[in-house]
Parts: sequence; C-alpha cells; structure tokens
Amino acid sequence: MNDFKPQIVAFCCSNCASSAANVAEGMKKALPDNVKIIQIPCTGRIEILHLLKPFEEGADGVYVAGCQEDSCQYVSGIAKAIKRVTHVKKILEELSIEPDRIDVFNLSAGKGQEFVEVAYEMVNKVKELGPFLQA
Amino acid sequence: MIVAESKPIKELLEMVKDFNRILVVGCKGCVTVCNVGGAKEVAILASSIRISRKKMGREIEVGEHTLERQCDPEYVDELKDMIGGYEAVISIACGVGPQFLSERYPSSKIFPGVNTQFMGGAEEHGIWSERCAGCGTCVVHYFGGLCPIARCSKSLLNGPCGGSSNGKCEISKDVECIWDLIVRKMMEQDRLDELIEFKPPKSWMTARDGGPRRMIREELVK
Repeated sequence: MNDFKPQIVAFCCSNCASSAANVAEGMKKALPDNVKIIQIPCTGRIEILHLLKPFEEGADGVYVAGCQEDSCQYVSGIAKAIKRVTHVKKILEELSIEPDRIDVFNLSAGKGQEFVEVAYEMVNKVKELGPFLQA
Repeated sequence: MIVAESKPIKELLEMVKDFNRILVVGCKGCVTVCNVGGAKEVAILASSIRISRKKMGREIEVGEHTLERQCDPEYVDELKDMIGGYEAVISIACGVGPQFLSERYPSSKIFPGVNTQFMGGAEEHGIWSERCAGCGTCVVHYFGGLCPIARCSKSLLNGPCGGSSNGKCEISKDVECIWDLIVRKMMEQDRLDELIEFKPPKSWMTARDGGPRRMIREELVK
C-alpha cells in the first residue's frame, strides 16, 4: 500500500490558489509530482461534470483550491464550488466510492505554505484510501 | 413547467445492472429548465454510470443524446438510427418522455431516470413550487389569480379552514395557507364581496377523475 502513488487532480483558482503556488515556488516548496494542477479563472466555473471526469479517467482523488469565502473576486465562486463538491461527495457515496476522495480548500494569494500543505494532505488522505480502481 | 427530480443513482444502476450498452436521453424542455434532464444532466448521469462500472471492473458503453423535446414524435424520431445499438435506454425527461420513447421504439427497453413532481415554477434558482393541478377548467380569476386547488392542502374552494394559522397551513410551517393569501389579496383589491358570491359546484369532468384525457384541435389536425 505504501508504494501506492495516488493520481490527484487539483482545480486551482487563478486569482488566489495560483498566486499561492507562485509564493510556494518562491519559498522553494515543491508540490508532489502526482498532483496535476488545472488552473481555472474562478472555482465558481467548475461544474459537477468537471469534478466527475477525472474519476472517469482513473484519478484517485480530486480537490478544488479556491479563495476564502469572503474574498472571492467574483463574490460567490468558492461558495458555489463548495456546494458542487458537496454534491459530488453525495454522488460518490451513491456509487459506493469514498466521498473523501474529493475535497475543497480555502486559500489566499499569500498562503504558499498552505498551498503545498493541502496538496500533501490530499495525497496522504487518498493514499490511505487506496487506489480508486483496484488492480 | 413540469418539475421533476433525479432518481437516486443507486436505483438507476440497479435498473440497468444487466446491460452493457446504455443510452441516456435528455430533453431540452421543462426538465432542462429545472436542471434535472438537460444535456448537462445527461453528461453527469452518463459519467456516474461509467465511474460505477469502472469501479466494478465491468465494461460499459454509455451513449448521450438530448432531444429538443421528448413529448413530440418528430423529435423522438431522431433516435431511430442510434437506439437499436443500445440494450437499454434511460430517459431523463418527465414521465411523458419514457412513454413516448416506449411507444415509438417498442422493442427497446426504456427506463425512467427522473421522478416527475408537479406543474409549477421557480421561486428562485434551485427552488420550485406547485402552481397548477391541471383540473382542466381554470378558475383562478375567482380567487385573486391564485389557485386553491393546487395550493391548498385540501384543495378547498371555500377556505380557509381551521388549520390556517398566521398565514401558514397546519401541515407545515413552510407551507403558506393559500386561502390566507387569497383573502388578503381580495381585501387589497376591494373585492372581498366576490368571495361570498354563490357559485355552483365546480365540475370535475375535465379533471383527471374522468380518466386519461385527450385533446383534439381540428384546425391543427392534418
């Protein structure tokens, strides 16, 4: 199980999480190489289907990294993303898949350290859950 | 619009568990507007089915198609070249859709993907409520433009009843007493006297009680 390297897809807001990624880079903090970043203009744009597709393609986990709820540039983007992630958790449960394979995190532009930490947190959590598709 | 809600995915997976080629068919009418059966929801359901089967290690082919309307034969015809390639079809239109598909394609196995709820409208994004019971003879003009048949829990035509309290119905604090609203509206319009005018009992011959209904418009029939 320890050899298992989960494939994680991260949807990151280009206003806060991506700036946090730049800060992290400046701090020489590297993301795990099994986390694939998809940059998006606002997490409010993420549809339920976007969150399901990575699982369909075999990803082991998915997370959304967006703004703090009171500082979304488009006012309610992250609030919408939280609701959609919650909905996808319900879908996964109905499909007998662990809902913890998907999550959402609130970041802000300066939080480089946290940006890397949530990536590791997600990797570790999914590692414990094991591969989405059993060999 | 006709308002519907998705069936639990578990229930749908159970329905189609024996099939490996499934077509999910949506409708661009009412169910698209109430976010339950349009192209987006077709894609979500198809993706969910694929994920489930992938998890089970079973091969599956899930097709996706959304018709302009499932309640018009000319649009239902669009499926004629593809439907034969699937073992099962899930229609996520209102209850009319799966029946029109079943009638047009008698050899196909058709399954309903949504539970049809009522005729109503959107109070706000994500919240719908009932407005019409389809009684066949509209009388809302007697009641300030509000329908007690669809909106009174007892469908009273001479309310309110004793269960009306502070504008709410006794069945739930979330249900408005429509008779409270009717009386207030008629008072505001200075038409309260209209409510005490004698009216003959409503004829229910046009309602569902008379059996399945059919309508023929001679000027439109070819």
